[in-house]
Amino acid sequence: MDLCGIELEGPVLNGSGTFDAIAARRAFGDALLEEFPFHGFVSKTITVEPREGNPPPRLWETPAGMINSIGLPNKGLEGFLATDLPELAELPVPLVVSVMGFSRHELATLVARVGEREEVAAIELNVSCPNVAEPAASVNEIAAAARSATSKKLYAKLSPASGDIAAVARVAAEAGVNGLSLVNTIRGLALDARTLAPILSTATGGLSGPALRPVALAAVYACVKATGLPIVGMGGVETGRHALELIAAGASACALGTVLFSDPAAPARIRVELAAEAEALGFDDPFDAHAVAHGDEAPVPLRHVA
Amino acid sequence: VKAAQAEPRTLAPPGRRTAAVVANRSVGAYRLLSARDAGGPPDPRPGQFYMLAAAERWGGGEDERPYLPRAFSFARARRAGEGVELDFLLEAIGPGTERLGSLEPGEGLQLVGPLGVGFAAHEDRRAVLVGGGIGAAPILVLEDELRADGAEPTVLLGFRSAAHAQGATLFERAEVATDDGSVGRQALVTDLLAERLDADPDATVFACGPPPMLEAVRALCADRAVPAQLALESGMACGFGACFGCVVPTSDGYVRLCLEGPVLDADRLDTALFPGAGH
Repeated sequence: MDLCGIELEGPVLNGSGTFDAIAARRAFGDALLEEFPFHGFVSKTITVEPREGNPPPRLWETPAGMINSIGLPNKGLEGFLATDLPELAELPVPLVVSVMGFSRHELATLVARVGEREEVAAIELNVSCPNVAEPAASVNEIAAAARSATSKKLYAKLSPASGDIAAVARVAAEAGVNGLSLVNTIRGLALDARTLAPILSTATGGLSGPALRPVALAAVYACVKATGLPIVGMGGVETGRHALELIAAGASACALGTVLFSDPAAPARIRVELAAEAEALGFDDPFDAHAVAHGDEAPVPLRHVA
Repeated sequence: VKAAQAEPRTLAPPGRRTAAVVANRSVGAYRLLSARDAGGPPDPRPGQFYMLAAAERWGGGEDERPYLPRAFSFARARRAGEGVELDFLLEAIGPGTERLGSLEPGEGLQLVGPLGVGFAAHEDRRAVLVGGGIGAAPILVLEDELRADGAEPTVLLGFRSAAHAQGATLFERAEVATDDGSVGRQALVTDLLAERLDADPDATVFACGPPPMLEAVRALCADRAVPAQLALESGMACGFGACFGCVVPTSDGYVRLCLEGPVLDADRLDTALFPGAGH
């Protein structure tokens, strides 16, 4: 399939920061590569400077999901290019690199340096991490800075916590991004059973898992209508039915996250289930169900922004 | 005793599989859950762990939990056909352990593993094994392996009550301390350890237990320049480096316990009482 010019063998990716292919290779060996779980791989978010991440405790189980406050630990741009990128380039699928800048200048540096590497198929702009200080610039400024720094495909990963996500998506589209990743986690809080103090070191964290699923569906539904951009939908997908619903709401591909923590091989199962669910509802191909939730107002065909 | 390995890690198959529960018996305050893992490697290393969940009724309990799988070091492993039969020692203290502890023969136990890096025994030093409470689990398989190799490890176990001290019956030979003196000596297991190291300062210590015990072991061994390997616990969603949740502060900065551990050399730690320890 074609995801705004990126050739994928299927529709299942990972959400940024939910699967470390380098670490997983240490735990599972090269068997991981023989049946690699995803059709495209999205890196953990990198920043210009190395980050150690937030202090523990970093995660907590919540009703139908979990909250995390990891804080974007990464080796920094130079460490990523020197150490991680060569290993990620060995993966048998297209590579998307997620970046986050604390200023327009940082963002432009990240996008330019990553964008010049031919191993990288696309860049995802993380403008929505709930666990680090917010970027100083607006989505409009970030997307514009990134656009002028590379000719690579750009995805903007948005937060469902903004008042009007469709408006944010429209701004990103007008600034020249090629697609959207929807959604990032949404801020949540868990309190200790005895002390009633926040459990996580940063108090709040990002909520993920099944609890996020309807939120993700609503975001995809609103943004595809507002922009017509290709969307990688994510948020609590655990079965093929969930993936099909995202496609019906307007997603062109789906990404898995929290479900991977329970089963790193969940993507293969979900792919099979997706095909069966679609067929049971009369769709020869799951993507025939694209945006059917919109009925007659379906925003088809997809607008492929060059 | 096998020579110390650079990294005692048996690789896990890259996916979750369902093992068949074959037994679940009570050992005092604990449950000993046995499951036949037909698709898993037969040779997990002592100290390695598995991520466990019940195949049915995992979730939907109080507060809609449990949701995430739970990390458990295996207590014993026996070859069974092409696969392995695994024992896990459990204590029901929350929605996850309650469900796992209620599994009956014939039910499915979902697992990913073996994961992490286990203990690395040294050929030329006597082993002193220290287990506290549920932390006795990886000490059990380490004792088995050392004795099978002809070594004579000292095993020191601490429990909080007589019901918990029933866990000691799983071991071939162990000295027991309890908080209330109901079994063995009324002492902390680290009191036993201090006496043991007085008698044998050239030992290597292998320990697993609650964070305060591990911190006492770490401090005691650091004072005496005795090498120690500590099997730690930290809140973990995945077990294979994906979630970045289980970081432990070490002399090399934060490390993911699921990848670099759960067994760490004690001299990498300033303290075993780090935030989030024992979750």
